[in-house]
Amino acid sequence: MGAVFAAMLRREMALAWRGRTDVLLALSFFVVVVCLFPFGIGPEANQLRAIAPGVVWVTALLASLLALPRLFEHDLRDGTLEQLLLSPEPAVVWVLAKVTVHWLVTGVPVALFAPLLAGLYDLQPEVLPLLAGTLLLGTPTLTLIGAIGAALTLGVRSGAVLLALLVLPLAVPVLIFGAGAVEAALGGVSYTAHLALLGAGGLASVALAPWACVAALRLAVQ
Amino acid sequence: MRGKNRGMDATPGRRQRWQQGIEARQRAPRSLWRFAAPQQFYPLAGRLAPWFAALAAVLTVVGLYLAFFVAPTDAQQGEVYRIIFLHVPAAWMSMFLYLVMAFWGIVGWVLNTRLSFMMAHALAPTGAIWCFIALWTGALWGRPTWGTYWVWDARLTSQLLLMFLYLGYLALTRAIEDPRRADRAGALLAIVGSINVPIIYFSVQWWNTLHQGASVSLTRAPSMATVMLVTMLIMAFAAWFYSIAVALWRVRTIILERERHTDWVAAELDRLAARERG
Repeated sequence: MGAVFAAMLRREMALAWRGRTDVLLALSFFVVVVCLFPFGIGPEANQLRAIAPGVVWVTALLASLLALPRLFEHDLRDGTLEQLLLSPEPAVVWVLAKVTVHWLVTGVPVALFAPLLAGLYDLQPEVLPLLAGTLLLGTPTLTLIGAIGAALTLGVRSGAVLLALLVLPLAVPVLIFGAGAVEAALGGVSYTAHLALLGAGGLASVALAPWACVAALRLAVQ
Repeated sequence: MRGKNRGMDATPGRRQRWQQGIEARQRAPRSLWRFAAPQQFYPLAGRLAPWFAALAAVLTVVGLYLAFFVAPTDAQQGEVYRIIFLHVPAAWMSMFLYLVMAFWGIVGWVLNTRLSFMMAHALAPTGAIWCFIALWTGALWGRPTWGTYWVWDARLTSQLLLMFLYLGYLALTRAIEDPRRADRAGALLAIVGSINVPIIYFSVQWWNTLHQGASVSLTRAPSMATVMLVTMLIMAFAAWFYSIAVALWRVRTIILERERHTDWVAAELDRLAARERG
């Protein structure tokens, strides 16, 4: 089982490295959208500072959504997905490996870039590591929930829009606790409960989401 | 259904056993399980639906009479509170129907019964309409009492997200062309959503208490007159029976559509056409 996971991890990393423009696209989307908000809202530093955690989190959610349709699409088109589902190895294992790599190439860069962009919003330097930390803790859940949506809408017409409609309401709790932790820290309140709940959500989705994802994938290739 | 008949005539022994199985099933006492077959459920739904509709109509008349003429005027809100008799049952039904949808989805996944998925399909539009009514009446109620159509209160926000979940279900099941996949994908989404509904509710509640002071306190349950409570319960039952009746009628249409290749549906359609001509 570990070997399957490792093999899938290597394959996905190689594929991600060869298609690295795709990875950069999601990241540049994140950067551009975060830089867009001051134009709509106005450059007042106080206002920008107040909305910074929310803006960064919402944009991270949208960037994660943007990259999701690619998660299974290539494998469906060239038949790899069908072969993987036919193989005797437990499907949950390689789905988890795929999701892990997807998170590594979409979630982690966003989390690492977020503190730089939050600097544009004049966010206090002390909370910047916390912002990156909440993103690192929360984006796996977003990717896992999104993977269910991606599997459900796989090969469906106008699947990308449908995916947004399915996934965004389910992602609201993550958004609340992620942005809430940073806002609590800014307000001088304890934020450990937020982090604990983000982590709990992550663990619950690691335990449950791959199963739902596999069930949806089996439907998609039938 | 694909692959189901494969190898049925592989060996005479197997064929015989299959035949025996059918005969044994025909001899067995008729259990309620036979209604899991769409062909059996179709006439049952047709017989039950008018009764539920009649019950809903009677309860609505009684409930509305109590609501408008018997229930006393509220000490704080005056007459405007009477919208509660529509608002609260609508909100209850919208949440309840989502759980029922998820229940039928689980039954369908476990027992492989097509009818369960059809029931989930039939319930979804009704649930979405209740959700919409709850939001709309809530906005109309909020304007005179809070001075605004909308506040980002925990209940309002989770109701809004429930509306999005309904829309997601409806959009997904209609976007997938293969009915078998649409059924199961929708059921899976309803199950995932029903796990998420309490999480969304509590997270939104927490978010709301963090952001907003006690400008609008909805959490304190106001003490209600018994008449008001009874009226609300009657209206809730009316909403419930209405939902059952409508879902049964809708599932009949879905059955006819899905089973249109069978002989009994052809005969039924002929009968309906003959009745239409008079």
